Amino acid sequence: MVQPLTYFKESASQTAGPYVHIGCTPNFSGITGVYDTDLGSGSMVNDQTRGERITIRGFIYDGAMTPLKDAMIEIWQADADGYYNSPSETRGKADPNFFGWARQPGDMATGEFAFETIKPGKVPFRDGRLMAPHVTFWVVARGINLGLNTRMYFSDEEEANAADPILSRIEHRVRVPTLIGKRDGNTVTFNIYLQGENETIFFDI
Amino acid sequence: MKNTPPETTPFFARDREWHPPAFTPGYKTSVLRSPQRALISLEGTKSEITGPVFGHNIIGEFDNDLIVNYAKPGEMALGERILVYGRVIDERGRGVPGALVEFWQANAGGRYRHKKETYLAPLDPNFGGFGRTITDEDGGYAFKTIKPGPYPWPNGVNDWRPAHIHFSVFGHGFAQRLITQMYFEGDPMIWICPIVKTIPDENAIKGLIAALDMQNTIPHDMRAYKFDIVLRGRRSTFFENRKEGN
Repeated sequence: MVQPLTYFKESASQTAGPYVHIGCTPNFSGITGVYDTDLGSGSMVNDQTRGERITIRGFIYDGAMTPLKDAMIEIWQADADGYYNSPSETRGKADPNFFGWARQPGDMATGEFAFETIKPGKVPFRDGRLMAPHVTFWVVARGINLGLNTRMYFSDEEEANAADPILSRIEHRVRVPTLIGKRDGNTVTFNIYLQGENETIFFDI
Repeated sequence: MKNTPPETTPFFARDREWHPPAFTPGYKTSVLRSPQRALISLEGTKSEITGPVFGHNIIGEFDNDLIVNYAKPGEMALGERILVYGRVIDERGRGVPGALVEFWQANAGGRYRHKKETYLAPLDPNFGGFGRTITDEDGGYAFKTIKPGPYPWPNGVNDWRPAHIHFSVFGHGFAQRLITQMYFEGDPMIWICPIVKTIPDENAIKGLIAALDMQNTIPHDMRAYKFDIVLRGRRSTFFENRKEGN
């Protein structure tokens, strides 16, 4: 006999379903008058936010290369100096004018999503090496049984990407570009492919 | 809030045999929306173990009362009145204070207030079908609503969803992010639902079934269902040579 390990099991995930917008972005789904605004909607920056303004845009494609029109996407990222606006951030204080989290539905007609944010700074990996600037993505939708996690890195950070401890250890180099948002001016395009030849790398975080 | 040290350790690994797999052909929509390659394991870095804090200031007075939060003044939603309550805890059994809990559901007839919803059951003009709350310092939460109805959905020719409430839960770290569904004790529809059946482990399904709790009813008003939600736990011990935790 040994002492029992008394851990609970995480509640099992279930799909967000086709009506996730009712609960998470009701104004977007046309139900107004209950919440003033949808949580996480709108621009992530104000006049005082430090950092380079960018817009992240993209589509999420299924295995038949059809864009999802019912997905919800959340992002979480560091501020311009690489600090997270979180009690678990112990290295320093993040920009008080940057919350770091946002939520957007894909457009109901086209499926396109867009986030108005800033380019994050570098954040150290567990061993102290710097990770290249990146944005963490979480995607839920009808037909997705457990939310999908991925990261978007930046195409204009070749040197930092080459030294990134996560990117550099990916065995199948041909898949690495699936994690790189393509920067053109202030727009960064990041398409997510759920299946197929260009299936995005998803992480078990 | 208690004066506790910041939570800086990574989370327990997610048990992927306990959660539904991505590809579950009985739930047809998953077929083209399921990644087919192996996930790449990423032990928690700052980017995963941190997360935003939502203040109580975002919560409106009636956000946790679906019976009135969309109703015309003086009116109420139709249906069986229920109180849903419970705790958000982590895998260690500790309460998760300050967790944002959002919920949405069909009305008593099984109809959602959504443009793309085509079920013939009528809308209830006094029911919006969503709400939210933030857990107290012990992880506790509660909201009032009406019991949602079951409804048919396009999957098989005769597939029905059991009565359920969708939950979105935001703990302290972005890696804890979870969406799930709550079912009701005694509902025979649970065990024949293709979405429920995406979960491979019977005990994992039971963990999503709220218990009727006659000790916590509001007499002459509403019955209570208890639904605890478990988020991932954090590794604990802080060692000198593993500053990020064991």
